[in-house]
Amino acid sequence: MVHPLKEEEMKEHETVSHKPEAKYSYTAGQALSAFLLGLKQGKIIGRKCPKCGRVYVPPRMYCEDCFYPTSQWIEVQDEGIVMTAVASFISWTRDRLEEPEIVGTIRLFPSSARDYVYPGLFHRICCSFDDVKTMRILGKMVKAKWRPQEKRVGSVDDIECFEVI
Amino acid sequence: MKTNLKYRKVAAIGAGMTQFRRRVLDTPQEMAWEASRKALDEAGLELKDIDCVVIGSAPDAFDGVHMKGEYLAHGAGGIGKPVSRVYVGGATGVMTAISGWYHVASGMCKKVLAVAEEKMSPGRPHPQAVFRYIWDPITEKPLNPNLIWIFAMEMHRYMFVNKVSKEEIALVSVKNKRNASNNPYAQLGGEITVDDVLRSEVLVWPVQLLDVSPVSDGAAAMVFVDGDIARRYTDIPIWVEGVGWTLDNTSWPGRELAYPRYLENAARMAYTIAGIERPQKEIDVVEPYDPFDYKELHHLEGLLLARKGEAPLLLKEGYFDRDGEIPSSPSGGLLGVGNPIAAAGLMKVISIYWQLKGTAGKMQVKKPVHTGVAQAWGDLMQASTVIVMRN
Repeated sequence: MVHPLKEEEMKEHETVSHKPEAKYSYTAGQALSAFLLGLKQGKIIGRKCPKCGRVYVPPRMYCEDCFYPTSQWIEVQDEGIVMTAVASFISWTRDRLEEPEIVGTIRLFPSSARDYVYPGLFHRICCSFDDVKTMRILGKMVKAKWRPQEKRVGSVDDIECFEVI
Repeated sequence: MKTNLKYRKVAAIGAGMTQFRRRVLDTPQEMAWEASRKALDEAGLELKDIDCVVIGSAPDAFDGVHMKGEYLAHGAGGIGKPVSRVYVGGATGVMTAISGWYHVASGMCKKVLAVAEEKMSPGRPHPQAVFRYIWDPITEKPLNPNLIWIFAMEMHRYMFVNKVSKEEIALVSVKNKRNASNNPYAQLGGEITVDDVLRSEVLVWPVQLLDVSPVSDGAAAMVFVDGDIARRYTDIPIWVEGVGWTLDNTSWPGRELAYPRYLENAARMAYTIAGIERPQKEIDVVEPYDPFDYKELHHLEGLLLARKGEAPLLLKEGYFDRDGEIPSSPSGGLLGVGNPIAAAGLMKVISIYWQLKGTAGKMQVKKPVHTGVAQAWGDLMQASTVIVMRN
């Protein structure tokens, strides 16, 4: 027995449906505000720790290792290496998607393949499902595909995706 | 050699759990009560004997009740007693046992009831949507992520770095569901093949339906007592000999995902307390956290029971089978028993407890066991909890 009630039976029972007005106005904070403004200008901005030299992208006002304020704004390249990529056939509510959405993480330059932590972004990757399935896309060099200047609003969405160069 | 003997000795003397099922008709409190009552019965104690209660539960949003700790308190025997609730995402289950341990180890309480409960099925239309609020609101949420995305990313990275195939990973699912068919509490035990896994619905490539644990409801509970009084209640106390837990940052896009360094840190902490110097030689049975099949391999490496990238090879050779060198997930794990998050973690500790006590019934592993390890993992691929027990 996996479960006593089937999905259809759930509808026969009384269920409480209520849409809470739980809307949030999040604060971007000092570091991320500068990061978002940078995106609007087509730049990826990070912060560097003066003590250990670690570069934070997305930026942070403090270094988590040294517990020391980061001191310097640094523009990193909008190019990097695809660390991992996946093709999603489900939405965030677990509805089926016909066309897969392809996302992954990108290790931005300057950084080296030996780093455990690095300036990195989570974003969409413009490639085919086949590129993901065969793992061809992993380890490839990619570059940000920016939205046209006038359409940028200061959001991670200002980058359409990362594409292979 | 043990390096820190300043703690009071702590023994587990009782455990109980409900069956893990989807859409259970009992309330969370009723489930917590059932598990707690069974644990007290096995320990031979009554609620009046219990000094403190620890409750473990993952996000409130699953059961649909905020303040889950307080909500569960009467079902978990907490009325009129010092109660605390622990939460570290998916790692909560083992953290519940660890918290039970330090309540006793510190000398504050003599007898502690540790209860974990989760009801995943009430969320409509699917519990997946509840995860929306775990992401960074500025840098991640605009991309509409779901939880399976990030684990698929970690799985693909693990496969890429260590050159592991989907077939090799699917063997974990096959093994665990087979083990679960011997577990009376299991939701999804059975004989499946690697082909079944590879033909199941693709959720987020490389993750397919049978690579993932199911949506489940369940509760689990354990009783921990001071070492000085343990033998009043049982001839076979199971000693908690080491605990470890660490947290990494939430910046998973800026971190190597192929190897869980935070787990290695947690494992080393637990092994140091327990005096374990060569984990692969000294550990007899292990319950690594397996919400996804690749996670079991990933965690066996982080627990230092296999070298980096070596776990799939050992698995194929039968090293981690129920009759192998180090049986892994003899209970059937989350893939076979089910994944009511916090309860699933405590279920792993209970599995090791029963194995060491020799009362695991049909789940009992073939070789004699002396040292066992249970582990859980959670949050944004950042939290790990480890417990070492001996008989």
